Amino acid sequence: MNLFSETAIEDIREKQAAWEEKELAAALGNRPEEKPAYETECGIPLKRVYTAADIADIPADELGFPGAYPFTRGAYPTMYRGRPWTIRQVAGFGNPEATNQRYKYMIQTGQTGLSTDFDLPTLLGLDSDDPRAFGEVGRVGVAIDTVDDVDRLFDGIDLEKISVSLTINPSAWVVYAMYVAVAERRGYDLHKLAGTLQADPLKEYVAQKEWIYPVRPAVRLLRDLIMYSAKATPKINPISLSGYHLSDVGGNALQEIAFIMAFTIAYCEEVTGAGMDIDDFAPRLSFFFISHQDFFEQICKFRAARRVYAKIMARRFKARKPESMRLRVHVQTAAMSLTKVEHHNNLMRTAIQALGAVLGGCQSMHTNGLDEAFAIPTEEAMKLAIRTQQIIRDEINVTSVIDPLGGSYFIERLTRDMETEIWKLLDEVDERGGAVKLVEEGWFQQKLADSAYATFQKIDAGEKISVGVNRYVDEASRSAEVHIHPYDEACTQLQIDRLQAVRASRDNARVRELLKDLAEQARSDDINLLPKTIEAVKAKATLGEICAALREVWGAYAEPMIV
Amino acid sequence: MTVFTPSRPVRRAAYRPSIELVPEILAGNVAAIARMITRAEAGYPEAAPALAEIYRHTGKAHVVGITGVPGAGKSTLVSSLIRAFAAEGHKVGVVAVDPSSPFSGGAILGDRVRMSEAASSSQAFVRSMATRGHLGGLARSTLQAVDVLDAAGYSPIIIETVGVGQDEVEVVTAAHSIVVLSAPGLGDDIQAIKAGILEIADIHAVSKADKPEAAATVSALRGMMTLGSERVRSKWAPPVLPVSAVSGERIGELKDAISRHWGHLRDSGELAERQRGICRTRILGAAKYLFQRKFDERAGEIGEHIQAVVNRDMDPAGAARLLLGWTDEGQAA
Amino acid sequence: MNEASMTEKASGDTPDRDAAAGTIRVLVAKLGLDGHDRGAKVVARILRDAGMEVVYTGLYKSPGEVVAAAVQEDVDVIGVSLLSGSHVPLFRELGRCLREEKSEHIFVVAGGVIPEQDYAALWDSGVDAIVPQEARAELIVTTIRSLIAARGRV
Repeated sequence: MNLFSETAIEDIREKQAAWEEKELAAALGNRPEEKPAYETECGIPLKRVYTAADIADIPADELGFPGAYPFTRGAYPTMYRGRPWTIRQVAGFGNPEATNQRYKYMIQTGQTGLSTDFDLPTLLGLDSDDPRAFGEVGRVGVAIDTVDDVDRLFDGIDLEKISVSLTINPSAWVVYAMYVAVAERRGYDLHKLAGTLQADPLKEYVAQKEWIYPVRPAVRLLRDLIMYSAKATPKINPISLSGYHLSDVGGNALQEIAFIMAFTIAYCEEVTGAGMDIDDFAPRLSFFFISHQDFFEQICKFRAARRVYAKIMARRFKARKPESMRLRVHVQTAAMSLTKVEHHNNLMRTAIQALGAVLGGCQSMHTNGLDEAFAIPTEEAMKLAIRTQQIIRDEINVTSVIDPLGGSYFIERLTRDMETEIWKLLDEVDERGGAVKLVEEGWFQQKLADSAYATFQKIDAGEKISVGVNRYVDEASRSAEVHIHPYDEACTQLQIDRLQAVRASRDNARVRELLKDLAEQARSDDINLLPKTIEAVKAKATLGEICAALREVWGAYAEPMIV
Repeated sequence: MTVFTPSRPVRRAAYRPSIELVPEILAGNVAAIARMITRAEAGYPEAAPALAEIYRHTGKAHVVGITGVPGAGKSTLVSSLIRAFAAEGHKVGVVAVDPSSPFSGGAILGDRVRMSEAASSSQAFVRSMATRGHLGGLARSTLQAVDVLDAAGYSPIIIETVGVGQDEVEVVTAAHSIVVLSAPGLGDDIQAIKAGILEIADIHAVSKADKPEAAATVSALRGMMTLGSERVRSKWAPPVLPVSAVSGERIGELKDAISRHWGHLRDSGELAERQRGICRTRILGAAKYLFQRKFDERAGEIGEHIQAVVNRDMDPAGAARLLLGWTDEGQAA
Repeated sequence: MNEASMTEKASGDTPDRDAAAGTIRVLVAKLGLDGHDRGAKVVARILRDAGMEVVYTGLYKSPGEVVAAAVQEDVDVIGVSLLSGSHVPLFRELGRCLREEKSEHIFVVAGGVIPEQDYAALWDSGVDAIVPQEARAELIVTTIRSLIAARGRV
């Protein structure tokens, strides 16, 4: 069934033609428009005005209702009326104690979920005393070496009561094992643990560029994690499919969604191929998107993504449970859009992007600190970021009506156009042999690098405006005196001292034995590596040791040459 | 917007005469080798006597050309070969050639991305080189770079060509042993035949041997070998070797085959023949370059000849013969 | 490969260093474990499009590896983009390696996320220029050209 009757559409077309001839022509004769053509950031042409005639071809079923297939209008039937989105600011730096203190401050400020950033050595499976970790320990996130560090990170925080997001990727399965071990040590009910691991390996190879192993073993580790977590910790999302990073590395909105859906398909094929029913794990797949600058495009992106995902799960994977088709998304505002010049402007940018995410129907959100173009945010900046979300949630009444822009001629047309373009990209991935193969070949990497350079050239030529940078430049405005979050120089030594204490006090023969067993298991593709990993972390094997044991088996990833 | 700079002034650098670099190069000094290659590339007249001196110390190294279509995995293979030869105590030199942009003249040289671990070994010297407009798969000064490495004691010296298309097989007359790399699943066995690079191979390598498709490519190549080689006069039968640069599998076999071919060339006397071919091509190439330079520099003199040809007082071939001073040559133009 | 066996006599009055500007060679490197390579790759393309030869190292390089590559490639400039906050120790080590290799004639240009409070530490490490994140292509290119013009050919 279509949204409008054919006679109504005919009538609108006639009246529009008359308007174009009379009012519009007169206005254009008076004063031409500023640009010859208008388009979204991702290149979809925009009309001057949209009418019912522009969405006459869209069946009503494509919109549906909130919390029902195809989920265009929202993931849940009551959306923010039932539960507002979770304010989830990510934090992590220094030793576990330092991050733990920040968590307690943020909970006190009104944050409703925790989110952890790890330092680069932890992400890459290196211990703090590894030579390759030189200068990096505790910089961009918290340093984790052993299970005890995870215990310190959440000291005094009841993990049965608060959901925890862990931004961990190549070494995700080890940190998950540590998290489970800590929960068991504290006597928690594992079925009550709630939270999300990022653990999206394919996007690492194409975007965030943190990797340990070649592509296929990395996907296998994710498969093991998804399958283990579905049974042991059913309220934990074992993966957050991260379009955010695809955008961060240069992708446009269409590439963000299409590529991440291609990865979703690859992961689902991997897990179902191992014998698990789609409905046994798909409800726990979660997503992470950016909310970028093109306001309406971004809102439509969220709506289109929900629809595409629902169709993939229903049609391609024959899911039966509605929860398997429901896309839930955590959103972060666009760090790329922040400027060092006149950095207070970043507050406005972030607020608008956050509003877009809410109108697009996000489930949780991180708003960037205004100083994030300088360093990791200070407490003051984080507080302003949390306040931004609270103002949107509690002061301006945008949460009472679900999908308030739904039915707008423009919004529905753009949602539909974006969906069409996303399907085209997905078809191309299928034709070229699927996501895993294309990641190995560097196909996505090349597309994203090309897109990044094109965007740079647009900014360089002044076609894409950045206020204060290439438009309305105030020569007098100096780079700000911002208070930078201090780095604790003692952090590395403390981690190293602790590591050495652990290695001196544990049963090293047993650790060696467990690592040997783990490597042996990794050689055969059909053993789940999680149980043995959990055993190893309980015996105080370090994150670096575990990752190294499997590197012996699988080798290291070699980057393709893409510039 | 400005760039931030320190308050200290920029250090004025000293230009060391090329001839002073020669003893350092012979002693294996890495910075001196690198600098000499830069000067050869730039074509500084000042460097000419130094390069001539260096040439007198060459002729010891085994020069190996590695070629194949783009995407076959040449850099990865070279990286594995560096490790394999270095493990036996060889000092390995590599000159990796990439195309320059025809628009800007600039280039992005990315071979180190795949080689960096091997390249940072103290036993390897890797140099990335842009073609700077030269056609044929090599740069104009690739062989001068090889000379510098040869004189400095590197052997083998591996030349990695730009991905070959049609006619880009100049490496044949530049190296002693030619490895042609094919990759399964790229449809490149067919491409390679078209490009005429199959018959130049002394050794065939098939990359990504861990993939199931590799076996098909290997047997296709072996089948073609039995159909008869172009090099009928040689007793060398080009082997077809599957390799996996990723896992390092069977790289040893390839390394052995390369060494065996070097032994064959020397024992059979074919080496002298190849050396003559290489020198012939180099002389001709240098002559063309010098003539081109003279042509560009002496615009006035050339202008007279041009006018004479325009006026039909002389034909183009006659003018060329006159400029070359080969007036006694026959009519063949 | 048809090289110039440059038989003409070098003109003593015009030393080669001042003759032609020569082709500028730049090593674009990622130091440490920072995976953000978008900026580095954009810069590589900018420099290529300005006629320079850019050697790109790929990710996860130690200061020692970067300097070894810079020496073999005989580059004029090492460009490093860092967004991981570890710039102070990594540039210090890079500077130390350059001095150890007696290659201080190679310029070090830094970019990425570098707060102004750390500039002094970077100057002490031998960094020659810090390019702001919002810099236009032309500014990056001019910075490199003018550094080399001031130094002269080596």
